[in-house]
Amino acid sequence: MRAVALCLCPFEGGMMARRVAIVGSGQTYHSGGRTDVNAQEMITEAVVRALESAELTIDDIDGIVIGNMDHFEGINYVDTWSVPATGGTLKPVIKLTTGGTTGTTLAIGGYHLVASGFFSKLLVIGWEKNSESDTTAAITTAFDPIWDRLVFAGAIGGLAVEAQAYLARYNHKKEDAARVVVRDRKHGANNPYAHMQKEVTIKQVLSSPPLADPLHFLDMCPRTDGACAVIFADEYSAEKICDRPAWILGTSVRHNAAFSTDVNFDGLKTMESAARELFHKTGITDPLEQLDVIEMYLPYSYAGLIWIESLGLCKKGDGPRLVWDGVTDMGGKLPINPSGGPICANPIGATGLIRVAEAALQIQNRAEKRQVPDAKIALATGFGGCFWTDLVLLGAKKP
Amino acid sequence: MITEENKQGLFFMHSGDASQPYRYTVGTWGSKFLTELRDHKQFYGIRCPKCKKVYVPVRQVCGPCFTEMTELVPVSAEGKIVSYTILRFQFLDPETGERKPIPYGYGIFRLDGADTNFQHFIAVPEDESRLFIGARVRAVFREERRGSLRDILHFELVAD
Repeated sequence: MRAVALCLCPFEGGMMARRVAIVGSGQTYHSGGRTDVNAQEMITEAVVRALESAELTIDDIDGIVIGNMDHFEGINYVDTWSVPATGGTLKPVIKLTTGGTTGTTLAIGGYHLVASGFFSKLLVIGWEKNSESDTTAAITTAFDPIWDRLVFAGAIGGLAVEAQAYLARYNHKKEDAARVVVRDRKHGANNPYAHMQKEVTIKQVLSSPPLADPLHFLDMCPRTDGACAVIFADEYSAEKICDRPAWILGTSVRHNAAFSTDVNFDGLKTMESAARELFHKTGITDPLEQLDVIEMYLPYSYAGLIWIESLGLCKKGDGPRLVWDGVTDMGGKLPINPSGGPICANPIGATGLIRVAEAALQIQNRAEKRQVPDAKIALATGFGGCFWTDLVLLGAKKP
Repeated sequence: MITEENKQGLFFMHSGDASQPYRYTVGTWGSKFLTELRDHKQFYGIRCPKCKKVYVPVRQVCGPCFTEMTELVPVSAEGKIVSYTILRFQFLDPETGERKPIPYGYGIFRLDGADTNFQHFIAVPEDESRLFIGARVRAVFREERRGSLRDILHFELVAD
């Protein structure tokens, strides 16, 4: 029996698990309506920029992974109709999609494919054209038609109840969440790709139109058109392609519930569980001290308080203190969202991948005006579905 | 399909009123739940034989235990608010194609006897401050019930 078990090793026959790095990425100039390009043309922009950044041609690429959330455009099977636009002609093309976490699923799936040894240079693409439909109505169609959809108050209502429970539990103020928006909008002003590049004040956030108590218009991410492409390479090619690859140190994924009512509002349980696994396997004992930068999928301001507690940056209820103290600002101990994050651009199927691309740019020292000096360890997060979490840890040092 | 042209001479194609109807299978447990709701205004949960958790809405499998559940248990139409919000913007309801009149309340409730939450609309009292987390609520049923969650009109505060 033992001999049989040994033969079941997945890397039997010369295949070995390989270390993987990001060697290049490209984004569109995200906006509220890329009316000048259709989806294919928009995807090509990101692909061309990614290839240019890695100084590769499409002939160097041996596979393509692409994804979005179909219901936003109502056109299914992007893996089919995008083929000329992605450079996928006569190459293996795979589609991955998991709701809001699509972008990080693309990154993690791409990482797995390259780590397996079956692909050496893989092009990973996430995109969305949210201007083409009513985003809230489209999101609602992702939920169960019998038990969720008939009464569900959309993504905004669904997040509002998390925010309301948090404020009540700790007696925090709406200003605390507005401070997160002020930070991300300030950071976004340094990012030429961001949809929102204008700073806002706490007063402006709180006087913006109320959407669903306690949320105001400026607490929410915008509705964005955009695409992002990232090139993953194995350890044999990464260092030949660029001087400073962004190595994948580890990933962790948690999906926990089917119905939006199955989660309890005392922290993001999937984030707590994913962080425990990721930090354990990568030797992170104090994330606030050891991480240099985080690109976080914050679909709304309160996530910037609640979820940093769930990540373990501080104890529960202390999120506002960390944010007000400037710890997460550029120049602080652990800057969050130098790019401005989803509060400044949220093309949903691309958003998680943009977090990974931005984290890689930090490691590669290519983030220009939004660069965190000497960033060596960067975390990217994804959020979606029923309060799911994806985590991707990147580093400058080959693992 | 209707073509629109903007000032820059760029074209957009509207899908128009095209719709694709679906016929969703509710399943054995869900059908029992909706029958009881329609005929007796009675909520049911389903209990996991391993962890003893009572789930509302009902479903076949307890996720954490990955165990089949077969024991329906009656659950109260009263409970308390776990969280809530008052919607102050209108979004397109993909089920009805309508925009709901605002403001309206949306609540997450813990029904007495259940271990998971149940969501529905909540009637917003004139004095909005009477809504708070922990407040007691009960389901208000429609006169004409057809076997869906919309057989419940909304939840309302239990007058103290």
